[in-house]
Amino acid sequence: MTSLLVESPGFLTTVQDFGRPGHGVLGVSASGAADTIALQLGNRLVGNPPGAAALEMTLTGGTFGFPEGAVFALTGADFPAALNGNPIAHWTSHSAPPASKLSLGPTANGARCYLCFAGAIEVPLFLGSASTHLLSGLGGFHGRALRRGDILKIGAPIAPITGRTVCPDALEKLKRRKILRVTEGPQKSWFPEAAHRVFLESTFHVTEEANRMGLRLSGPSLALVHNRELVSEGTPLGAIQVTPSGQTIILFVEQQTAGGYPKIANIIGVDLPSVGQLRPRDSVRFQLASFAEARAAWLEQQDFLQSEKRLFA
Amino acid sequence: MQFCAASDQSLLVYLGNEIGQTAHENVLRLLRSIEAASPPWLRNLQPAYCSLLLTFDPGKIAHDKVEAFVRSLAQSFKKISPISSRTVEIPVCYGGEFGPDLEETSTLLSLSAQSIIELHAATTYCAYFLGFAPGFAYLGNLPSQLELPRLSTPRKNVPSGSVAIAGEQTAVYPFATPGGWRLIGRTPLTMFRLDRDPMGLIALGDHVRFRPISREEFLHSEHA
Repeated sequence: MTSLLVESPGFLTTVQDFGRPGHGVLGVSASGAADTIALQLGNRLVGNPPGAAALEMTLTGGTFGFPEGAVFALTGADFPAALNGNPIAHWTSHSAPPASKLSLGPTANGARCYLCFAGAIEVPLFLGSASTHLLSGLGGFHGRALRRGDILKIGAPIAPITGRTVCPDALEKLKRRKILRVTEGPQKSWFPEAAHRVFLESTFHVTEEANRMGLRLSGPSLALVHNRELVSEGTPLGAIQVTPSGQTIILFVEQQTAGGYPKIANIIGVDLPSVGQLRPRDSVRFQLASFAEARAAWLEQQDFLQSEKRLFA
Repeated sequence: MQFCAASDQSLLVYLGNEIGQTAHENVLRLLRSIEAASPPWLRNLQPAYCSLLLTFDPGKIAHDKVEAFVRSLAQSFKKISPISSRTVEIPVCYGGEFGPDLEETSTLLSLSAQSIIELHAATTYCAYFLGFAPGFAYLGNLPSQLELPRLSTPRKNVPSGSVAIAGEQTAVYPFATPGGWRLIGRTPLTMFRLDRDPMGLIALGDHVRFRPISREEFLHSEHA
């Protein structure tokens, strides 16, 4: 058995994969990695399926021991990393000899870094996924963030890859967006023209209340046309809700599955991984996209992600 | 039936405007017929009081085709009987340490605590949908005498099993989570557990009743 020893967990480190969509009837949100592009590239760097279970670290990385060695890759936010004291690069797969130690620090840029292992993290699945759901304490490693002294199991890799790197051009193409594209929300008509203008022309900031469930933004207040009560309805990932006081909240991967706040807009699928890299005090702007543009962007990105040649060197 | 693109990967289908049996049964009928058809592009179904949110794989389909699919099912879905025959009984120890908001609720409603308990336990509720957290069922309708707005400041930590009211709804918190509903009691039952099939004690469409129990009975049957 290959093991992973948590010497220090970092600020908030959980086991995540592509999540468990399809259980809305049970009230279970999909959960899963906050930056699915980083998770996918990390897994593919080490020869795993794209959605294999890995560690998602938040704002500050941890220190991990590999008693039997490991093949791994770091992706996402640029947490400074050292293997046995020597700085190592992100976006490339490394081989660590037995009795190795990987130490990661904090970053000022982005929010989440992924540590992917050839063979993936092995934990019991909840509804088909290894993803940790922090609110309910289900899934992942005992349903919680990692703690000092935890020992996790790394699966037997099928075909581990080392020395593989994501091309700079691919990183540039997939880099996170400062301006998030949105489509119109289901309650767009609840907001006056002026509120839509303010929404699209203002700069918002991420508050300290930002986590996997949602990100509360500070910025201009968005007034409603009238104070109607919305009958609670299903809420899509990336929905931008407006509270009665006019503040905006982006619903994120561990979101509540239904809600009663009107939704002015919704972040488009290809820009959701960028939300996973937002940290408190980051600025956010929104740009309107049509549903056709959102779909074209999705198809184009999916096509790009298919191409091993364009992604990896 | 009304349609609204909710995101680039989801479509909201509205089947009514107000909380009640009519909209609920229509939501259940549509849900069951989509589940039976199980189209390959479907990612998730999220029912609510009057609507159903369909999430789809945008690589396989677009909004207009999803809408056409739902319309084609609607031709026959009236024939499906959505009514669940199941009644789930939830034992509840009301008030005291388990229902810290019962006293204030009593003052605000000008009703005795006993009357609140009797009204809450005398109603058969419908599990309109599950959301918020795994196994959290939105139950309605609460007798109108018990209607109160949510707490102005939500609690950071509501104990699991708490029985709560808000507006015309009532619910049991399956997990210790934040929450803004008023806590009137607690059940010793575990509402959602991974080693049980089904995991949730209350399923969509179930009838739910609450049965008052004593503190002794609560402590005796905890974590059943």
